[in-house]
Amino acid sequence: MNLSDLRKRLHPLYFESPAGYTKSYAEGGSQLKTLYDVRKGWQLYALFALPLLYIIVFKYVPMFGSVIAFKQFTVTKGMFGSPWVGFAHFERFFHSYEFWRLLKNTLSISFYTLAASFPFPILLALGLNYVKNERFKKTVQMVTYAPYFISLVVVVGLLFQFLDPRTGIVNTVLGWFGVDAINFMGEASMFQSIYVWSHVWQNVGFACIIYLAALAGIDPSLHEAAVMDGANKIQRMRHIDIPGILPIAVILLILNTGQIMETGFEKILIMQNALNLRASEVIDTYVYKVGMVSQALNFSYATAIGLFKAAIGFILLIIVNQTAKKVGQESLW
Amino acid sequence: MNKSSIRESGSDRAFTIVNYIVLSIVLIAVLYPLIYVVSASFSSSYAVLSGKVWLWPVDPSLDGYKAVFKNKNILTGFQNTVFYTVAGTLINIIMTIMAAYPMSRRDFRGRNIFMLLFVFTMMFSGGLIPTYFVVKDLHMINTVWAMLIPTALSVWNVIIMRTYFQTTIPHELLEASQLDGCNDFRFLLRIVIPLSGPIIAVIALFYAVGHWNQYFNAMIYLKDPHLYPLQLILRDILVQNEVKIDMLGDVKSAAARQGLRELLKYSLIVVSSVPLLLIYPFVQKFFVKGVMIGSIKG
Repeated sequence: MNLSDLRKRLHPLYFESPAGYTKSYAEGGSQLKTLYDVRKGWQLYALFALPLLYIIVFKYVPMFGSVIAFKQFTVTKGMFGSPWVGFAHFERFFHSYEFWRLLKNTLSISFYTLAASFPFPILLALGLNYVKNERFKKTVQMVTYAPYFISLVVVVGLLFQFLDPRTGIVNTVLGWFGVDAINFMGEASMFQSIYVWSHVWQNVGFACIIYLAALAGIDPSLHEAAVMDGANKIQRMRHIDIPGILPIAVILLILNTGQIMETGFEKILIMQNALNLRASEVIDTYVYKVGMVSQALNFSYATAIGLFKAAIGFILLIIVNQTAKKVGQESLW
Repeated sequence: MNKSSIRESGSDRAFTIVNYIVLSIVLIAVLYPLIYVVSASFSSSYAVLSGKVWLWPVDPSLDGYKAVFKNKNILTGFQNTVFYTVAGTLINIIMTIMAAYPMSRRDFRGRNIFMLLFVFTMMFSGGLIPTYFVVKDLHMINTVWAMLIPTALSVWNVIIMRTYFQTTIPHELLEASQLDGCNDFRFLLRIVIPLSGPIIAVIALFYAVGHWNQYFNAMIYLKDPHLYPLQLILRDILVQNEVKIDMLGDVKSAAARQGLRELLKYSLIVVSSVPLLLIYPFVQKFFVKGVMIGSIKG
């Protein structure tokens, strides 16, 4: 299966061309035909009912529930009884002292993560592709996948253990060189780097699988011809391998850029403490605090901030995809 | 690719050497923290505290593991997590097949609208607070259902599975079965599911990893400590450093307690991570296929 074919098949609205499917039947949009299909396929609808119910209850009901962002919601009055306040919560957020700091932290963590986690899986895959020793290759793959299965709580726990100012191994090593112990987790200036590089450590192997698969799909005759023409490995990588994985890399880049507002909220939340809050508070953690843990819970305000983030994310995804389409590269739809 | 007949040029040999060196560094960088944790967990508490552990266990002991398995909270958490993972994954797989199979059938009227309805939820969501209120209104707060139902389906996995059904189950098979009087339920159970072993294994692993590592939903939906999954207990011990003195048994001196506390953390990390790491090699051979179909997820 080549890549453009794969992409086509992955399109949400893609269906195989109906071979062995009579034409009039396939194109028959008449109501009678529809009714016939629904009746004959009632078992399919029976299967589909429960998942559809799930999507409606747990995805669409909350979506409509987010109208409380435009209301002054109180639990006693309920969603319908609470008075409308228009964009008051949004205005309050835009003018609040936290707004710029939250936006800055969210975007800088996202771009930092993207910049660091995008190239490494590609480099790892390109390197592994030229390893002839199968055992070495398998070992590197096995080992680099493993951290993907370790939970976020454990990864953050590991960070705390290794970076501990008194018992951590990093500070022990620094001590040999006469460097005073550093409280890494308490340094706001180091928070984002610790977050991003532990993310790379955890995900690089798993993210590289897809590129390895794409490299394996490149026609070997291209390499043979290049070798005959005297190309060295760097040249072959530059002119054969990189163009070969470019489509999939672009798709992943589009997707990741579209997700730029989605920070690894669950990980940031457990890495946070009072000392690093200046660099670690992002929109998602702030929503959680305003809506679920603060002394004076404000559901409407929290929902408004969340809605703002979701809307920006949605618009970004569309812009990025349209841009990619215009440049003539791959696009998602 | 048989290139052995052509001798490697100088630059190629240099490339190969550099490549092996770089990959070895990557290997060590990923592996070393894991080895260190395992070694520390098998060392004595004094060796851990004084930073004597480097690569292999120092003064081997099982004190950390004894402390872990004596602890009631950890054991309850472990049992809960196993239950949430097994039950949750089972629900996930059943729901995913129920959603993916009809949408893979081209005679399923309305599938395009349904697909749009599903895909849109990946791009836009109601957010944390409204979702919490839905779970609350369904009276699921502080019950096991809160850990199973709100995450019952991942749209992404539905797309992967639908794509798999469309590309690997030939249409002729359905027609032949229908001629023999097979209905849709039977066809799904007897033909489609048995033919989809690899993709079910991969998707089950994705879901299981999600359940096993889940802490956030537990944190907001559960209040009763008897329902807590392991990750929530891990968070208290590893991140918030809340190791109660009674967890450490009858250790008297403050220094020994401090040592055992650190040791307990390492042993706990090993105990909580090993189950998934043991399952994954069995599913690994299906991975490339599963990930390739699911490439867009990244």
